[in-house]
This record gives sequence, C-alpha cells and structure tokens, in this order.
Amino acid sequence: MYGALWRALPGPAWLRALFLLLLVLAVVYVCFEWLFPVVAEYMPFNETTVEGTGG
Amino acid sequence: MTTASTDPFAPVAARPSGGTGTPDRHVRRRRGGGGFFSTLVGVVGELLITVGVLLALFVVWQLWWTDVQGGREQAATITAMGWDIPEAAASEPDLRRDDPPVSDAPAEGELFGQLFVPRWDGQRQIPIAEGTDKRSVLDRAWAGHYPETVMPGDIGNFSLAAHRMTYGAPFHRVEELEVGDPLIVRVEEIWYVYRVTEMYPVLPHQVEVVAPVPGEPGAEPGDRLMTLTTCHPIGLNSLQERFIVHSELDYWLPVEDGIPPDLPAELATSADASGAPVDGADTTMLGGR
Repeated sequence: MYGALWRALPGPAWLRALFLLLLVLAVVYVCFEWLFPVVAEYMPFNETTVEGTGG
Repeated sequence: MTTASTDPFAPVAARPSGGTGTPDRHVRRRRGGGGFFSTLVGVVGELLITVGVLLALFVVWQLWWTDVQGGREQAATITAMGWDIPEAAASEPDLRRDDPPVSDAPAEGELFGQLFVPRWDGQRQIPIAEGTDKRSVLDRAWAGHYPETVMPGDIGNFSLAAHRMTYGAPFHRVEELEVGDPLIVRVEEIWYVYRVTEMYPVLPHQVEVVAPVPGEPGAEPGDRLMTLTTCHPIGLNSLQERFIVHSELDYWLPVEDGIPPDLPAELATSADASGAPVDGADTTMLGGR
C-alpha cells in the first residue's frame, strides 16, 4: 500500500519524502481539528454531569 | 515436488531461465503462487499499523492537545468578557446578607458569569455559560450551568459542571477544596460568595444532587445553594462516578462596592489586567491560531 504510493510518486527520493511528510502533517491536522473532536463525542470518557438514565 | 512438475499453472516461458532446476523453480513458485495473498497480508498489516498510529494520535490529542486548546480558549474568553475587577476600596465593603438580586436565565450557550476559587491558587477564573453541552460549553474550559437549576443567588441549587481532566480541566483540583472554602461567583455586577459545606462522590445517575434541596427531589427549597459536579476519579475509570461539591451563599455585594475580602489579591490583579504579562503571553499564543 505505502510501497505502491512511494513508487507512484514522481521525482527524487527527497522530494517524495517531503511530499509524504506534508501528507502526514495534513492527516494529523485533519484528525486534530475535525475527526477527533467528533469521535470524542461518542466516547464514554469525560462525562462531568449527573444525568438521568435516559441521558 | 511431484505435483510441481504437473502444475498446469507453472509459467512455461519462465522455465528456461531456471537452469539448475528444482531449487530455482521452488523459489519462483512461492513468489508466483503467494503473490496475491502476500499482497493482501501486506495491505492488511499496513492498515492495522495505520489504525494503531491513529489511536495513539487520538490519545495524544485527548490528553494533551485538548488541554492546550482549552487553556487558550479560556484565557481568550476572559479577555473578551473584559470584566475588569475594581480597585479594592479604601474602606472594607459592606457585605450584604439580605436577598440578593438574581439575573434572568440567559440563552443556551451564553456566557453569563465567572467562578473564582481562591483555593485553586494560580488558576485563572472559570467562565460560566448556560447549558452543559460538551462542544459548545464544557470543551472550551468553561463551567456549564444546568439549565434546570436556579441562577446564582436565588433560593434553590445553582449547579455547575466542568471537566476535571482534559479540555483545560477547570475542576481538576476539586478534591483540594475544604469545607468552609469560599467559591466566588460573579455575574457582571454582583459578587456572590458561597462557602463549601459538603463534598462526596456519587454515581452518574444520581441527579438528586442538583435538586433544589440536594438529595430530596421535589422538596421546597429554603436555602441559596451552589453545587459543582465533575468526573471522578481521575483516570480512565473517570466515568464510574461524579464528584460533588455543595456550598451555601454566605454574602453578596455589588461589584461597584469593591471586591469580596475572600478574593485573594493576586487573583484580582491577574484577572484585572488583560494586558498584564500573564494574560499577555496567552494572547500572543492566540495570535498564532
């Protein structure tokens, strides 16, 4: 999978490495800003309120 | 070996290259026959590694980044509210124990107050907003007001929830409180000073702790109470219980009359100057967002 990605990228090795680094940073950014806050809402941690059984 | 020679799928064109026969053909067969499966296993393995890395990232985000963001959000909120704290009056302010004014309930998500906890030395005041929604209130390191409970100063049980871990963790040090400690709520023009009366853990469904008379839902209230709720204990099992702090109104005073004697000077000054070094550092960080 990642091997295929590496072979599909054009240019010398350092350019491919740079591209992949940027790709990793973009993935981390998307996760931190959008994905994780949404996922966290469905996690059972961090409940601070007392609620009825229906809540 | 015997089956190999009769294998109809063995590539004919490749045979001449293997001059030495059996060993070479053996290697070739393993590559050719296992190609699809080894690719599949490789892709599945890489996917599993990716999932593992993402889970680790989630933990980093939850335990570290939410605190960073929450702290910034809280500091920015206090600066934006701009509630300057007046200079301490020359004379001791008159501490009022008559019926305090009570403001109307604000709209869902609206900021309406600040909570000062002198025991949590070195921690800034906590903004208070209406409602206990996670994303719009609690996750911004604000305290959330249970909408079904009364407003500060009123007869009944003004109740707040806030995070104890992650997202700025405003109530992180809740167990350091002691009976008699002041909890100071400011609603723009009024200081309400409550004193801690009781602290204990309960199960998450025990909603009677935020009832007008704690523990007695439906009873007619006569006291002006405040209750804090947060998770308990600290750690991964924090969903098992809630930590409860009850307090009762001691006195109140208008902000224009001065500051409550229970408000420590350093809290007053650090909160007062939005351009002071402490807050200044936070504002600079905000600029980078």
